[in-house]
Amino acid sequence: MKPTPQRTWQTAALVLVLTGVFLLALGGYLAPFLRTTLTPLVSVQQWLSSRYLAVVEFLTVPRDVASLRQRAAELEEQNAQLETQIIDLQSQLREADVLYALLDFARSRPENTYKAAAVIGRDPSPFLHYVIIDRGSDDGLRYGMPVVTAQGLVGRIAAVTSSASRVQLVTDPSSIVNVRLKTGQSEVQLEGSITGDLTLEMVPQDVTLTVGDLVLTSGIGGTYPADILVGQILSARKVLTDIFQTASVQSAVDFSNLQAVLVITNFRPVEITPLIPTAIP
Amino acid sequence: MIWANLLAIPVLIIITMLQISIVSRMPLLHGTADLLLLAILGWTLQKRVRSGWFWAATAGVLIGLSSAISPFVAIASYLLVAALVQFFKRQVWQAPLLVMLLLTLICTLLTQGITLATLVISGTPLPILDSLSLITLPSILLNMVLAVPIYIIMADMANWVFPEEIEG
Repeated sequence: MKPTPQRTWQTAALVLVLTGVFLLALGGYLAPFLRTTLTPLVSVQQWLSSRYLAVVEFLTVPRDVASLRQRAAELEEQNAQLETQIIDLQSQLREADVLYALLDFARSRPENTYKAAAVIGRDPSPFLHYVIIDRGSDDGLRYGMPVVTAQGLVGRIAAVTSSASRVQLVTDPSSIVNVRLKTGQSEVQLEGSITGDLTLEMVPQDVTLTVGDLVLTSGIGGTYPADILVGQILSARKVLTDIFQTASVQSAVDFSNLQAVLVITNFRPVEITPLIPTAIP
Repeated sequence: MIWANLLAIPVLIIITMLQISIVSRMPLLHGTADLLLLAILGWTLQKRVRSGWFWAATAGVLIGLSSAISPFVAIASYLLVAALVQFFKRQVWQAPLLVMLLLTLICTLLTQGITLATLVISGTPLPILDSLSLITLPSILLNMVLAVPIYIIMADMANWVFPEEIEG
């Protein structure tokens, strides 16, 4: 079908009009018209866009809160786990510090052989000062072996089972340790008490007791090896009318916080009871 | 009955472990609570319980094994406690919680008195007044504080072991 001349002229006129409008727009002559026309359109577009975003936010924000809450819960759980790990590691660090100190002590006295043990309990009776350690006869521990820490003398083994032992502390009321003062050669006795205080007994009046003097085991009696630090003199009590003077001793070991100890396994206590003379009836 | 006796062994072992590892490390002055004594009191005071003697003897053996105190002294102390509880059970029918508190006071004095006497006789130098003020009185206070919760635990356990029969 051939186009009619009238239709051809219409098309040409339309093209001419559009070209003219295009050229006018390029020349900037249509700017006021466009501004007037587009401004309300842009406003409508802005309104539509803001409403759309509001609807989207309304639909998506609750989901974000839920996911954030879940994430927060996960992080809190993770935080709790990390805090537990920190506490665990701090505990291990403290334990390692104690063990390093014990190791240093053992290295400083190579003549002795040691067995490290953890303190796992205390005597249920408040009248007695004993602790229970987690090593026994299976580990080579025997009755009477001395027990020490890096700070000084703890006590001696009073009872042994295959896997645990009971240690009588030097602070026990029935404990007596033969000691000497580092500054002199006086041999005296150190006694425990129910309060855990240590007292030097049977100190001759001519011995000068000075606050701060170190108290060491003397080795007499064969119960403990010589020269283990026990503590230092805290105060002396001298009454001229008494035969002996006494002194309070500050223990070198913190017995309230005893965690790990060393048992001297190559020391065999001497049983001197048969040598003590008894009255003949 | 046999179940109640068998139950004594694991329960008292657990209580002894708690006593040695925790309670003995938490002194008030120099006194500590006696969980085993409170467990015997709490258990034996229950209405349907008749195995108090076995519990007392078991507790005595466990203390004898773990403490430096003579096992005979520990067993005798706890058996005396059980006897005292039986006596009170026959005399007092009401207000078991008050009886628990009263018995806690009396039995703490009794067991600690026996221990103290034994140690003094065996030659341990223990000043009586210091022992009373620094060990016995604080121990009584701690035992009184723990008496009620332990009584409640023992009552629950007794109800579990001896369920009350419902008459139809």
